Order: sequence, then structure tokens, then C-alpha cells
Amino acid sequence: MKRWLSVVVVLVAVVLTAHGLAQTRAKAQNVPEIAMESVPNFFKMPENVYFGESMGVATNSKGHIFVYHRRDDTRLFEFDENGTFVKEWGEGIYGFEFAHKVRVDKDDNVWVVDEGTNMVIKFNPEGRVLMVLGRRPEAVEGAVETPAGDPPPDERYLFGRPTDVAWDAQGNIFVSDGYINHRVVKYDKNGRFIRKVGSNLRGTEPYQFNTPHSIATDAQGNVYVADRGNARIQVFDNNLVLRAIYDEVGNPWEVCISPGPHQYLFSSNSNPDANPAASWETSGEIYKMELDGKIIGKFGKAGKALGQFQTVHGIDCRNPDELIISEISAWRVQKIRLRQTTTTSSR
Amino acid sequence: MRRFLAVAILAVAVASVGTLSAQLNFPEIPYDATAPLTLPANLHLGEAAGVATNSKGDVFVYTRTGTPVITTAGSRNVSHNGSRLFQFDRTGKFVREIGVGVYGFLQAQQVRVDAQDNVWIVDQLSTQVVKFDPNGRIQMVLSRKPEAMRVPNLPLSVPADTYALVARPPAPAGRAGGGGGGDGEGGGGGGGARAGGPPPGAGAAGESFNRPTDVAWDSQGNIYVADGYGNSRVAKYDRNGKWIKNWGSTGTNPGQFRVVHGIQIDAANNVYVADRDNRRIQVFDSEGTFKTQFRNVGSPWAICINPGARQFLYVSNSNPPNNLDYDGEILKMTLDGRIVGKFGRAGKLLKEFGTVNAIDCRTENELYVGELGNWRVQKVTLKPTATGTR
Repeated sequence: MKRWLSVVVVLVAVVLTAHGLAQTRAKAQNVPEIAMESVPNFFKMPENVYFGESMGVATNSKGHIFVYHRRDDTRLFEFDENGTFVKEWGEGIYGFEFAHKVRVDKDDNVWVVDEGTNMVIKFNPEGRVLMVLGRRPEAVEGAVETPAGDPPPDERYLFGRPTDVAWDAQGNIFVSDGYINHRVVKYDKNGRFIRKVGSNLRGTEPYQFNTPHSIATDAQGNVYVADRGNARIQVFDNNLVLRAIYDEVGNPWEVCISPGPHQYLFSSNSNPDANPAASWETSGEIYKMELDGKIIGKFGKAGKALGQFQTVHGIDCRNPDELIISEISAWRVQKIRLRQTTTTSSR
Repeated sequence: MRRFLAVAILAVAVASVGTLSAQLNFPEIPYDATAPLTLPANLHLGEAAGVATNSKGDVFVYTRTGTPVITTAGSRNVSHNGSRLFQFDRTGKFVREIGVGVYGFLQAQQVRVDAQDNVWIVDQLSTQVVKFDPNGRIQMVLSRKPEAMRVPNLPLSVPADTYALVARPPAPAGRAGGGGGGDGEGGGGGGGARAGGPPPGAGAAGESFNRPTDVAWDSQGNIYVADGYGNSRVAKYDRNGKWIKNWGSTGTNPGQFRVVHGIQIDAANNVYVADRDNRRIQVFDSEGTFKTQFRNVGSPWAICINPGARQFLYVSNSNPPNNLDYDGEILKMTLDGRIVGKFGRAGKLLKEFGTVNAIDCRTENELYVGELGNWRVQKVTLKPTATGTR
């Protein structure tokens, strides 16, 4: 009995220590480097068409690429699988104000998350609006600033600068929300509130967030939340019960889970957008992980050259060996080929 | 403590009795709905604040879309864009845009079509009511867009004359004039409670609206403006736009309003006013004399009276924009306030409603409904049973 107790005490101590170090915990050491290359001149833009800050990138089942970016106004562009510009979506639409993320669901609907209008917009594959979540504050009310103190209580159907969206196999919708609120909200496929985790207040405990910045689901419906400010990924089951915390991958700005029988989790420890001194030495890499948190390797580093990254904000990983990566501060989207192929025998 | 609890329970009980849902044991009216409007590529509806039809069945939608732009620097902070007026034919096919680049299109609030097929828009932010003839040319403008829009969240130390629009609820009586710093009591005709002046919300004699919401006409062509969020009044003009009178002020008594959100006039020239935040509809004669009120309607966001010999009053008890979990039904009433039936609920699916802001009811049992929450216009066909309406 005494031995059992002492084991418990040690375990508790270990857990507490690990938790107490969560924010400052060193990143994983001796992580294998995955060789990679950036495909030069992949995107072919018409004259006078430019990317701005490239916040989100996603592909549909045909390989077409959607980029949601901040140019003069916020814009959504579609490219074909060869990087040739196809068309613009949602030009001048009410919900486009300050891009944050674009994702494509299994039915090729295109979803954008806009942190300027506090809205999530679902387009059908033809580019018509099917559903909107949240509501843009009315112009007559003026700009809504990020509150200096505690924000007002979070509401079921309103967002506070939301960041990302994901779905499970049933079509339930998960929204990470965001910069003002610090929570994840689950809706059914028709947009009706089911439950949430987190609140309007930031926190460091499990089930709390400090800027949940990206979200992804696996085939089992587990939900991976990039808890950026807490330098960890919190993994929840489909009912938003906590299952695991991965905290050796720096500050996760963006997470992506590849489809297929063997799913991988990618997470970007992006360099901060103002490039503070020495930040290039400690950030900028992207991790490739198993879903259970085991780190397979990492690739990339902060820098302005092709093949380097400037504040990665979007990753498309429909093909885990060929990623499309959007960057805020380089006004750029890169197609990245990982040289070291995945270890699955099925490929 | 026990007494406190008992009081609390009593209060809750009273409050819940007061909600419409507790009273809504009215017949459900069977109905179908479609979203028939189709737009060209890269043209989209935003919040569908207003929808109306003309005598040919053409559909007009005044929508909050695009991005309101405030130009910085310069001597004024000028805002423009933000709303558009689209016309569709009776099959829902896009016909044209009206009023591209018009000065007063900022935040769409309503569109109505009069008996001569003129199209009237109400813009909450420019404070204007604009009349277009059937060809889309401007025939009349009521109120004036402030020269310099208030820059949102400017420090309150900015001189008041740089504000023109006061997008705030009226100050409590006695407070106005205090505080200094130009906290937005300037322009716009917004009802400040100056000593000896009109009561709060009464507005100015003349035009200046403050966040107006709706427009209607009587059989002589007199114009009635619901004004609105900033003021709490009805303003009446003759057919040529000459001011006749105001009535109303901010409050809860008969003849007072809290958010005048809609206005309609029946064939006998009775004026029905959606007094939204007082959760009632007030009925006046055409001179503004109070006749009666209907308190069984929830929170009336949108109202419509169909033309013809058999008139009904449709009322939307819209869900607030921040919640889908209650309200959202539309009521069909007789003109004396009896509820015939109800249909719909809050939601995002077809046949569900997301904060209805407009109802067109040119034909009884065939409605167009404009939603803020779902960026959508639905065509609703009621299928009343024999016991439902007759």
C-alpha cells in the first residue's frame, strides 16, 4: 500500500511538473529533418492579379486550389491543379473583410472564416452561399475593437474573431473562436449549437485556450485544436472531452490532418509575423506527426527565400507528400514536395 | 433568503408567461418555401434587409452587401458603398441593379413598392428615404445623408460637429447636455432632451431622420416614415414630400415607441406601427390618434398588410441575430388583432427563418421573406386549411 501511494505521489508530481512547464517546455530534440523542395513558379497569375497576405489555402477533390487572402480587399481565388488562375469567388460579398482561413469539406463545399466580419461562410461547389454562421456587426454600430479587459460572455451564435473550421464524418461543424473568445464550438450540420469547450476567457488549464488558432479533425471525429498561445495542441473526442495534449512542437499556428487510411498531423511553429530578432533561430519549422503525437520529422525554417517560410498560416495536406502552404508575411503560397516519402507501405 | 427566492421564482414565472412562446397555441399554418432568386456569377445577396414586389411580380431586394468604405484623411470621414438594390423578375431571374453608386446607399434597412410601382428604399445609416420611379430614376429624396459620418470609436474628445450621425440610444432624460466632450448629441435631428424642447425621440419638425426603418403610404399618397432606431416617432409628409406632422416619443405608453421597426397602412388608412422593443403593434388613425394596440405578437421586426378586399396583417416575431434557439415564427392576423395562425421557426434550413427583417405580401398566402441571418430571400406559400383563415 505504501509503495502504491508513493507511486501515485511520483506520478502526480510528474504530471504537475509537466503541466507547469507546458508553456515553456522545450521543443522536441533530435527531430529528423525531412528533405523538401519548393516548386518554383507554381502559381500562374494573370497580369495585375496578386496575392496579399495569404491566410488560408485548401484544395478540393479535383485538386483545385483555393486561396483566401488579404489584398486590397479580402479575396478568394481559385486555381486549377496546375496553379493556373481560374476565377475569383465571392467578389465584394458582405462577409469578406479580413481573411483568416479557407477549408474544403468532403463534398467540395468551400468554407471561409473571416475574422473581420466574425463570420463563417459555406459556399457550394458552384460558389453560391449555402450557409452563414455568426453575424457581421452592423455598420451603423461602428467598428468593434478587441476589448482591453475581459471580453463579454461568449454567445452561442456569435463569434469573436474566429480562426478556423472543421467537420466530422456526420457533417457536424467545429469552429475555433478565436482571438476574442477562447473556445471551440460544435454545431450540427444545419448550424444549430450543440456544445462548446472554453469560453470568452483565456486560460492555461486543460480545456482552456489562449488563442485557439486552427482546428482539424481525424477520421474518428477527434478534434485537434492548435492552442497557439499555450504552445500546445489539445486533442478532444467528438464530444469535446479532452484526450491528449501535445506540447513539444512550439506554437502551433496551423494544423492539418491528411486524409486516407494512414493519417498524419502537420503543425506549423510559424515565425512571428514581425520577425523579431532571433525568432528565425527558434521558429519557422513544420512538424509531421502521427495522430498520437509522435513526431516523425520536421521541415522548413524561417526565411524569405523560396523553400523557406514567412509566418505559415495555411497548410493543405490532401496529399501528405505534397503540401500547399500559404504565408502571411511573404504574400506567397508555395507548393512543397517532401523528398523523404512517407513510411507507409500502402503508398 | 426564502422570501428573495420566492420573489425570484415569481418573477421568472411572470417573465415566462410574458414570452410569446408560452402563448403561442395558435394553429400552425402548413406552408412551403423556396429560395427562388438567382444571381449572376460573383453577385451575391448579403443580409436581405428589404424585399418587395411590384404589380408585375418583379422582386426588389435591398441588401447589405459589399463593404462599407470609410475614406480616411481629408476634411471629412466620408463613407460610401455597403448596400445594393437588385431587381428580379417574377421567376426569380436577375434583371438588373438599380442605383449603382447612389449617394445614400450605406446600410440597407427596407424596400417597399407603392401603388404606382415606384420603388422606395430606406437606408438606416445614411438616414435617407429614396424614391425611384419604375425606370429606376430618382424622383424624391427624404432626409439628408450627414456630410461627415461619425468615425466609429473615435475618442469622445473629438468635437461634436465632426459627428453627424448619432448611432446611440437616446440619453436618459436630464443627462443630455451634461458630460460635454461632444458625445454625439449633435446633428441628425436625434432627439436630445434639451430643456423646453421636445421629449426624447420626438425628432425634429421636418425631415432629419435618425436610423429610419420603413415607409408606407395612405390612399391619398401621403408618406409615413418609421423613424426608427435613433428617434421614436412616425413622420408624415404629403405626396410631394412636404412635412405635415410627427407623432411619438421614446417610452412605453400608448403613442410612445421603443424602436419603431416597421409601418403599414390598411385600406381604411389606419396606420400600424411595429413597436419592436415594446413588443407590440400600435394602431393609429392617419392623423396619429391612438386607436388600439396588439400585445400578443412577440417582437415585431417586420409587418405587412396585403392589399385587396380581404386584408390580413403578417407579423414576424423574428429571432434576434445572436440566437436561433427561440422565436422566429411569422403570425397571420386579422386587422383587429386576432391571430389566425403561425408558421416557421428560427433556423438556417429552407422553411426556417434567420432574423426576418422584411415581408412582402402583395398576394395573400404568397409571401416573400427577407432574412438578415441567412443572407436569403424565401418565397413562402401558405396552404391554409378550411378552418385556418376562413
